[in-house]
Amino acid sequence: MQWISWKPAAEKRTMASYNTRQKTRKTYSWVGRPLLDRKLSHQTYKEISVKIEGCSTQTHIQVGQFVLIEGEDDQNPYIAKLIELFEDDSKPCSRKCARVQWFIRFCEVAPCKQHFLGRKPDAQEIFWYDYPACDDNINIETVIGPVRVVALAPDEVIPMDLKNEKTFFVKLSWNGKKFRPLSPELFAEFDKLQGEGPKCQKPRTKNAESPSWCTAENVAKRIESRHSASIPCQIPTHPAIPTARKKLEFRSFSRTPDAKISQKTSCGSLDSPRKTKRKATFSETTSHSKRPQPDGIKTSSPALKALEKTGEVGLFCADDKESPECHMILRTRVSAVKTTWISETNLTPTRGGQRSSAVPYVDLKPEYIKKREAKEPEAQNEATSISHRVRRKSSLLTLNRIRQQLRFLENDKNDQEEKEFLPSAEDSDSSSEDEELKPRTPHRVTAKIRSRSLAAQEPASVLEEARLRLHVSAVPESLPCREQEFQDIYNFVESKLLDQTGGCMYISGVPGTGKTATVHEVIRCLQQAAQTSDVPPFQYIEVNGMKLTEPHQVYVQILEKLTGQKATANHAAALLAKQFCTRRSPQETTVLLVDELDLLWTHKQDVMYNLFDWPTHKEARLVVLTIANTMDLPERIMMSRVSSRLGLTRMSFQPYTHSQLQQILVSRLKHLKAFEDDAIQLVARKVAALSGDARRCLDICRRATEICEFSHQKQDSPGLVTVAHLMEAVDEMFSSSYITAIKNSSVLEQGFLRAILAEFHRSGLEEATFQQIYSQHVALCRMEGLPYPTMSETMAVCSRLGSCRLLLMEPSRNDLLLRVRLNVSRDDVLYALKEE
Amino acid sequence: MESRRCLPKGRLFARGFEFVEMSNRKSKNNLLHGECLSQVQRILRERFCHQTPHSNLFGVQVQYRHLIELLKRTAIHGESNSVLIVGPRGSGKTMLINHALKELMEIEEVSENILQVYLNGLLQINDKIALKEITRQLHLENVVGDKVFGSFAENFSFLLEALKKGDRTSSCPVIFILDEFDLFAHHKNQTLLYNLFDISQSPQTPVAVIGLTCRLDILELLEKRVKSRFSHRQIHLMNSFGFPQYVKIFKEQLSLPVEFPDKLFAEKWNENVQSLSEDKSVRDVLLKHFNVSKDLRSLHMLSMVALNRVTASHPFLTAADLMEAAQLCSMDSKANVVHEFQKFVQRKAHSIYNFEKPVVMKAFEHLQQLELIKPVERTSVNSQREYQLMKLLLDNTQIMNSLQKYPNCPTDVRQWATSSLSWL
Repeated sequence: MQWISWKPAAEKRTMASYNTRQKTRKTYSWVGRPLLDRKLSHQTYKEISVKIEGCSTQTHIQVGQFVLIEGEDDQNPYIAKLIELFEDDSKPCSRKCARVQWFIRFCEVAPCKQHFLGRKPDAQEIFWYDYPACDDNINIETVIGPVRVVALAPDEVIPMDLKNEKTFFVKLSWNGKKFRPLSPELFAEFDKLQGEGPKCQKPRTKNAESPSWCTAENVAKRIESRHSASIPCQIPTHPAIPTARKKLEFRSFSRTPDAKISQKTSCGSLDSPRKTKRKATFSETTSHSKRPQPDGIKTSSPALKALEKTGEVGLFCADDKESPECHMILRTRVSAVKTTWISETNLTPTRGGQRSSAVPYVDLKPEYIKKREAKEPEAQNEATSISHRVRRKSSLLTLNRIRQQLRFLENDKNDQEEKEFLPSAEDSDSSSEDEELKPRTPHRVTAKIRSRSLAAQEPASVLEEARLRLHVSAVPESLPCREQEFQDIYNFVESKLLDQTGGCMYISGVPGTGKTATVHEVIRCLQQAAQTSDVPPFQYIEVNGMKLTEPHQVYVQILEKLTGQKATANHAAALLAKQFCTRRSPQETTVLLVDELDLLWTHKQDVMYNLFDWPTHKEARLVVLTIANTMDLPERIMMSRVSSRLGLTRMSFQPYTHSQLQQILVSRLKHLKAFEDDAIQLVARKVAALSGDARRCLDICRRATEICEFSHQKQDSPGLVTVAHLMEAVDEMFSSSYITAIKNSSVLEQGFLRAILAEFHRSGLEEATFQQIYSQHVALCRMEGLPYPTMSETMAVCSRLGSCRLLLMEPSRNDLLLRVRLNVSRDDVLYALKEE
Repeated sequence: MESRRCLPKGRLFARGFEFVEMSNRKSKNNLLHGECLSQVQRILRERFCHQTPHSNLFGVQVQYRHLIELLKRTAIHGESNSVLIVGPRGSGKTMLINHALKELMEIEEVSENILQVYLNGLLQINDKIALKEITRQLHLENVVGDKVFGSFAENFSFLLEALKKGDRTSSCPVIFILDEFDLFAHHKNQTLLYNLFDISQSPQTPVAVIGLTCRLDILELLEKRVKSRFSHRQIHLMNSFGFPQYVKIFKEQLSLPVEFPDKLFAEKWNENVQSLSEDKSVRDVLLKHFNVSKDLRSLHMLSMVALNRVTASHPFLTAADLMEAAQLCSMDSKANVVHEFQKFVQRKAHSIYNFEKPVVMKAFEHLQQLELIKPVERTSVNSQREYQLMKLLLDNTQIMNSLQKYPNCPTDVRQWATSSLSWL
């Protein structure tokens, strides 16, 4: 076995186990055909061979293998797993790079945190380093050689027979804060690697002409792929090969959640006669689910743009479990539209080789795509209404790409400068940063309502399902009827992101018109776009004026969400001002959503002033979206210097019209026959006439399903919600309860109300003292021959009516001279008293 | 006003306890009846004074159904909801919710799965206190040690964070009961209500927010954004029963349960109650009471006073007991007071001739203390007492009535009353 180092050995203290290092030059050559990624302008490979000068042996290192990487400490080189090998043309000298998933040794964990492990680590134990901010690009020349890594369950003992220097064991993952057991997926991955046998693990020295430490199958496949690349129909017949599968899975596993580095895998082929290039973009999964789940598929051909869009949206709302299938299906759809050459690496399905492009995609299509199709006319409408945006977007796309490349180059340059110590520098940086933050931010307590012991029941009947979908909290797949607003906000934020500037936007509208929901949708889409690198990544912060105890607390919340620091309001304001108003190293744009803006009003209006002032600084790169109920809030409560900073980018959400409300209901109740059509129309019209509040509309419908369920209980057949049910629900929610209250009050209370009316009539005023009313009451009672009540009783009656707010009484203790008013119109009282 | 209404009740209670004492003492002589009677009194008093969920519900079956279905959905399906229970005082709002919760907790799969938070607007007078109380009742303070009782803002974001973490299917539902809901609407910005309703309308921890209030205009108190988040479900309790039902309730409330130890006595007692409810004079008393107020709490009051008259020597309720009780309950508190202190009025009337100035002043102050008269303005402290403007807080009829009751009223007072009050 040859250990290779390009560095002079004199610089290093060689260790017994690595004593084969030689002071030699090494030559690196790729093995296999390059896979070109146009966007990132680099070519990726699956394998590299290292040849040492003066020696006839070659070492082959393959993607997916574990390698030792040079670090500060020669005795303990870094350990990592190769994820990707690529050639970076942008750099002058060392062009061969690799992307790795790091492992960390126990001695590399910050000393103050070592006790978190709670036990003594084994000498050969390493930890999966789950730290997203860690740079994972290395120069290929820092690779020392392959090594073996075995995954063990947390409680497993390290097997004795494997206890040699060249095998490491991984039991836990370390994310800079705590040790966690390896996730099952990760574990399965390791197991698979081991199952493939030592062939892949152990590097072999072979002749260049037969890189045969791969399996014969692999070789055959490689050759085949080289030759058959131009024959598209052959690809589906490829057996699924382990390496390819592995690669796919690694990709999604080891990808750091850091959205900055988006990896593009090129699968275009230069020798393909059709020269159609497709990119399969694997967006990072920011969630912690380590499922192999390619999130988006992108074609660079503008003709496929629309298709791609639908595909993306469809994927976005897909269930986790469906994603592998949908992944395939969308591809087949694309290939149906346009015959494309498909690279075997990326298109070998994750689940064996059962896929064939001959299978009509309709059969495999999961349900949601059908739904999507049902919605397609809608989507087309959208597309036409937003054509200006698309045009703009495509023009900006190029610009965007150039920028991205530039940034990439910059990064690489940095990489090169410190290529030797890059991993160590990163590690020490991150750990020291952690330590620095730690004392300042006390360990965040994350309280949680305890989870239920019994699983929540899922809806059983149509009505229950309808009720679940009608709940306001149910997040709809799309927001119907707010397309225009969505586009406007999207364009605003997108343009600010692309131009890397800041700005403010004021959104107003009565409650329940979808302001917050629309903004959330915009942010979601933008985050989606940021993952596929259509827009630069950004940080999103949300504050709500109603969720603050005091306006100045907004600083505290913003600071905490921005940096994780905790500070008092004044200190936080200073820190934020420093952060936004001084020049810093280029960083992400921040999008700040301020809900219920009017509550941030203070006497000096300093909170609002600051919020709108920060975006005006060029360095801040802050986009502020503000939401409030009143349209003229800036004019009404803001000083001119504040409203001038807010600018004129305003948008107002009109209350929903009846047809819009109807559309909302229909879209929620898609494929669910629970309501009569007339009933939906009725409720939409009712609510539109009252307030245009979508929440009200949904609540009424939800109540109507309950009434319907209740009325059908006896017949044992869940029927449709009819107009009658809805009317009942509407009445229940909106009818005034005063009249029923008067009707149900006692005789004396009704008599007292009569006396009030009589007194008002007598005096011609709308107000009377208790004494006056009492005498009227006594007179009335005499007239009707009733025993007249005592003063105390009458007083009790009066106070009872007052506590119901049928009467308004002055709050003093004026006793007899208490002034009383009616809180109901006289006609209502008369009407209620008459009907008996 | 409220306090004045309570005054006679308080006195009646005191008198009631004396009766208990008495009956206890007498029970030594008559052991058999005594024991039964003390038990009867215990059972019935509990029924009248505590809103125990064991007693029956009257005339609110529909509302009850609505509420229990709603609570079940929250508990079982994890559906968030909000509802207001509106009804005048004494209409059984608290009883309804207690009943519903009791039934809910009896369902096996629910009882483990639910958290309850009970807040009262009279106790939690601002959001800060309310938050601490919520944290305490959710047992979250154990999680964080003493940290949660830091600043108000920290508490608040902590609690919101905790509630936000959950989701429909996995988190334990929380039932918030807000008694005197209208008082929560007066908190600054209605922050608490906004957040509770917001949680109930967003995919977070499932909650059921149940407000109890007696104000019919409760929705107008809510700010529009709070109102929009409230589901507008209202359950109205209106005492919507008629007189026959009222009598039935009276009967059921006084009847002894079947599990009463002494069967024989219970039978006799129940028979007696049955005959009482059919008695003409009792019905008259009840009708008068019903006409004044329909709420069941006043009926309880009446029965309670009547019950206190039951002793070992007088083991069963009679119509006379009830009539006496009704008289006590409906007595004019002021007439009583006037009756007792009429002599001061009398002295005042004669002050010009007979009494020293200090005596008159003393009498005058006494009247003021009893709030029979009141200074017109509070700021008149600096002016001489003799020249203060006063308001008479009595009605003519009240003075006349009390004078008639006063046995040896001096004739000149009587004359003054007839002459001056006639034109007043």
